[in-house]
Amino acid sequence: MAAKNDLGSHGEQLAADYLRAEGMTIIERNWRCRHGEIDILAEDGSTLVVVEVKTRSSASHGTALESVRPAKLARLRALAAKWLSAQSRTYATVRIDVIALERFAGDYSLRHVRGAS
Amino acid sequence: MTVARTRSVALVGVTGSSVEVEADVGNGLAGIHLIGLPDTALSEARERVRSAMVNSHFPWPDARITVSLFPASVPKRGSQFDLAIAVAIMGAAGVVPAAGIAAPFFLGELGLDGRLRPVRGVLPAVLSAARQDDDVTVVVPEANAEEASLVPGVRVVPAPDLRRLVEWLRAGDFPPFPPEHPGRPRPERPERSGPSGPSGPPEYGGPGPGERALPVLPAVRPHADLSDVVGQPMARRALEVCAAGNHNLWMLGPPGTGKTLLAERLPTLLPDLHLDHALEVTAIHSVAGALPPDSPMVFRPPFISPHHTATAAAIVGGGSSTVRPGAVSLAHRGILFLDEAPEFPSHVLDSLRQPLEAGQVTVSRSIGSITFPARFILVLAANPCPCARPQDKGGDCGCSPTTRRRYLGRLSGPLLDRIDMKVMVARSSRRELMADRQFVETSQTVAERVLAARSRAAERLAGTPWRTNAEIPAAALHSRFRPSDAAMRPMTSCLDSGSLSARGLDRVVRVAWTLADLAGKPRPDENDTSAALALWLGLDP
Repeated sequence: MAAKNDLGSHGEQLAADYLRAEGMTIIERNWRCRHGEIDILAEDGSTLVVVEVKTRSSASHGTALESVRPAKLARLRALAAKWLSAQSRTYATVRIDVIALERFAGDYSLRHVRGAS
Repeated sequence: MTVARTRSVALVGVTGSSVEVEADVGNGLAGIHLIGLPDTALSEARERVRSAMVNSHFPWPDARITVSLFPASVPKRGSQFDLAIAVAIMGAAGVVPAAGIAAPFFLGELGLDGRLRPVRGVLPAVLSAARQDDDVTVVVPEANAEEASLVPGVRVVPAPDLRRLVEWLRAGDFPPFPPEHPGRPRPERPERSGPSGPSGPPEYGGPGPGERALPVLPAVRPHADLSDVVGQPMARRALEVCAAGNHNLWMLGPPGTGKTLLAERLPTLLPDLHLDHALEVTAIHSVAGALPPDSPMVFRPPFISPHHTATAAAIVGGGSSTVRPGAVSLAHRGILFLDEAPEFPSHVLDSLRQPLEAGQVTVSRSIGSITFPARFILVLAANPCPCARPQDKGGDCGCSPTTRRRYLGRLSGPLLDRIDMKVMVARSSRRELMADRQFVETSQTVAERVLAARSRAAERLAGTPWRTNAEIPAAALHSRFRPSDAAMRPMTSCLDSGSLSARGLDRVVRVAWTLADLAGKPRPDENDTSAALALWLGLDP
């Protein structure tokens, strides 16, 4: 259990670093409510970016990217609305991104899908 | 972002239309989307294609895959698009060169392990592919290769599995696969002289479709021969006329007189199908999934004998999602035999009227109207009454005249109007049976006469789309093929009295032509027309 969580949090850290390098501002990480969790909330210009980070240690159970299904995206959209309702500022658009990390021999490959649908 | 394109064939009835399969491997969440009006079996192609590719050790692109079947408006059914979808995805993913897959047609269902499974309707699909271009390559599952190679002018590439197909596509060109694969024996074709196998050397290669191949005499079938039927000289003669001109026949008589026996021997009198007709028949049987896998070409006229509980959909064709050909289309260029005809529901019998006239049948369903060819010889057999006990010579038939009238009344007037010949098959006495024994002829002898008559008719009809007398339309019958006025005389009084309809007249003239052909006369004379009229009026002497 601990190993799994370590892998996930390490992946999220890598994703956050990457997003910053891409020029985005991280607003919040691991925001939770009773309906679920948003891994990273970031700001890309006037766009609110809801980021789902998936980290896999191997592709034996399918790739990280294909493990994000339409139902998960719908849940993220609902969570984003919930988060927004508690904020005072507004955003022009809301985008959902998926960052897929896969570990190969201690190193990670990262893929970033902007505007997943 | 890459797009690859290849081709396959969608079947509507027995006609195929070319379908372009495009695959786009691009950005977005990984997954596969199939668009272009797929049915359930086709939607499941996603899972089959994925498993087949992964298990054949090809990389499954971890990207958003969109597969589109064009034109989107044509409903596409079944699993025969699996291979084209897999090849298009591999082309887009760079596994195979995209340029090499654009021209060939790909047909086949994928197994989860990447092997190619045979599909129905390969022959009509390949036929329609052959019409697209001059030089067409079609990739089919190995089990369908023999059926596909019946089509002239098409390069058929049999593929055993996805792996070896990819090897071929990567190599660029021929030679594809050796015809024999180790550990994968190809089914032997049955002996040509076998009891049910096709007979005689088929006319391959030489004449293409549309040309007239030399007809070949049917081989004698050891288990069924016309000489088995003793004591029915009239009916045997009627059968001969029926075979010579493709005329419809009704046999009425008490049980045990040989009606079924006679009808079952009609195929032995018919010559092999011409190559173009054989392709038509094979295409229909292929769509129906009724082709024997070891001998895919139907060279013998089919003999279809549906049970009398058959529904109208079973007879004329039907089905909700996939429209399948019915018995009338399976009997195309062959014989449709309805034993115990009055036992069929009357609406089923009447559904035969339109195909009998038109030579084709149009089935309308929610997915559209589909026309199947249906030019067959209709042979009806009926008992004179439901109890079927003898009525003559002190028999104990207890049926009242009303019962008997009602029983035969199920065969409607309009249907009987389309029957060219009506023959009474009476019970024969022992003496008649003995006497007839020396007159019986083998199927071979009669088939030779039938073949000669058919050749004579075909010669006369050369330059027309028709080959047998039954196909001549009424207009031509009354202009180019009109018998002399003297020969027409026997019919005039019947026409005047109303016992002969205009359609009946046409049918009598067609039979008269066949009688003249059998007798070797250039035109029917009064004897032929009188005999034909007697056969048409038939049952009431």
